[in-house]
Amino acid sequence: MTALLELQNVSRHYGGGLFSRRQVMAVRDVSLRLEQGRPEIFTVVGESGSGKTTLARMILGMVTPSSGAIRFQGTDLSTVHGARARRAFMRKVQPIFQNPFEAFNPMKRVDRYLFATARRMADVTGAAAIAEAADTALKSVGLSLAEVGGRFPHQLSGGQLQRVAIARALIPRPALLVADEPVSMIDASLRASIVNLLRELRDRNGLTIIYITHDLATAYYVSDRIIIMRQGIVVESGEARAVLDNPQHPYSQLLKSAVLSPEVPTGVSHA
Amino acid sequence: MSVLVVEGLRAYYRTSAFGVPRDVRAVDDVSLAVEAGEIYGLAGESSSGKTTLIKTIAAATQPPLEVLAGSVTFNFPSGAIDMQRAGRSQLAAIRWRHLSYIMQGSMSVLNPVRRVHHAFVDFAFRHLGQPMPRFLDTVRAHLQRLQLAPDVLDAFPHQLSGGMRQRVTIALATVCRPEFIIADEPTTALDVVVQKDVLAMIRGIQRELGSSILFVTHDMAVHANLADRLGILYAGRLVEEGRTADIFRAPRHPYTAHLIASLPRLGDTAPKAGLGGVPPNLADPPPGCRFHPRCPRASAICRREVPPLEPVAPGHRVGCFHPEPAP
Repeated sequence: MTALLELQNVSRHYGGGLFSRRQVMAVRDVSLRLEQGRPEIFTVVGESGSGKTTLARMILGMVTPSSGAIRFQGTDLSTVHGARARRAFMRKVQPIFQNPFEAFNPMKRVDRYLFATARRMADVTGAAAIAEAADTALKSVGLSLAEVGGRFPHQLSGGQLQRVAIARALIPRPALLVADEPVSMIDASLRASIVNLLRELRDRNGLTIIYITHDLATAYYVSDRIIIMRQGIVVESGEARAVLDNPQHPYSQLLKSAVLSPEVPTGVSHA
Repeated sequence: MSVLVVEGLRAYYRTSAFGVPRDVRAVDDVSLAVEAGEIYGLAGESSSGKTTLIKTIAAATQPPLEVLAGSVTFNFPSGAIDMQRAGRSQLAAIRWRHLSYIMQGSMSVLNPVRRVHHAFVDFAFRHLGQPMPRFLDTVRAHLQRLQLAPDVLDAFPHQLSGGMRQRVTIALATVCRPEFIIADEPTTALDVVVQKDVLAMIRGIQRELGSSILFVTHDMAVHANLADRLGILYAGRLVEEGRTADIFRAPRHPYTAHLIASLPRLGDTAPKAGLGGVPPNLADPPPGCRFHPRCPRASAICRREVPPLEPVAPGHRVGCFHPEPAP
């Protein structure tokens, strides 16, 4: 059986060109495999500089690996050339970015994004059908076209806007979502609902989600499998709860020990 | 005596478009006091008014932000100062010497094209009143106390890591041994491992100097580990205030209770409910309690009247008509 996504010894370095001798290995020799027909939340954990965003961009086909191969449903991404093939790939793999206020043009009504995606990516034609596709996608994230239609980004909260971003990604019925820090810019009272939405999309829509984060606590809450990256290298991987309950690699142990517990430790008292 | 006393503070952003006045009520009737030697945590989401509140406390207001009512008083050993009435020279005399700041973006505090020691000279030299060689010795001794190598003085900011830069700005904020420090999300941009060290450093220097800190962050886990007392802001109002341990053990305001219950914890996979609705628009806040449209306990009175912040236990105040039951 072909895998949904397979990375084989993928590396990416930056620099080292004509004028610079220094090479930065952003991602070093990463291999992983996500199965077809087995929806899961696959979490990539790392601090800044760990290569997690470069990894996401390679999976999205925005950055080409320096070496190694990425195959999506059996197709090597390096063979995806031309607008038609590229669009067919983008239908299946959709991104969600960290800051929804940067992802949307502030001068453009948010429903335009949904309509454009429906028209270009999902080949929906006719105004009524396009509106219906947008509404269906919005309903699956707990919004509706009546609520967000005609609104500008600044008229929505961060949580609502991130839901719109997720709804947009769902329109072409992708098989894989790549979510790079999707909740780190969202307010605390709205964060839980976005994280819950990721779980729902896995269970209800059968989506596989690559969830990229630095936050071990939400990773523990949503993930099925996890990899922990440091300076481009995967230092530990496995079933998420097993890894986080009992990390083996010294770096994973350090990360876990640095997570601030929301319990008030005894000893902190009114000075 | 409290070092900082804020009474009935109202600060609005007043603008008018085509003759139609518009007020954004970012800080509405906030009263609080910070005691000597304590860390007072201020928690709130974006647009809860926390940045406006600290701007007003520091008398750094600029139009369209206006202070409509209330007072901010600091009681320093050199005398009390009313921040709203103080003149320019009075403010300049206490800033950095008695009242200093730690900001979120260390890169916007340190000049990117000048070496770090210039920042110390710019900020602190005139306050310490020492000749230059002695001043630099004082700075070096201070850095050593914070376990920073004195070499950082000769580095450019970009040569230091993010955590190191934030440590330098903490050294910068504490070199004059101020009585009061305002810290605005100082660890939000840092990685978790670095964040833990920086928090320990803030706690250490605060204990040593005996300063008070007003520590602002949206991150409740940071508050749990650092703050002695905690104030929760929602839509420009203080809705709950108490000892951190009390608030985490038994939050009384429904908003606080939700915030604490929804925090993800390592080792816990029990489903967490999200809070419905969205934070209100402060240009047109809902009448009565500003939380009532999202509140599971709201009743008719909540839609009509603003709940006053009242004590429910010693040192614990809550602004709610239907607080969560006491434990």
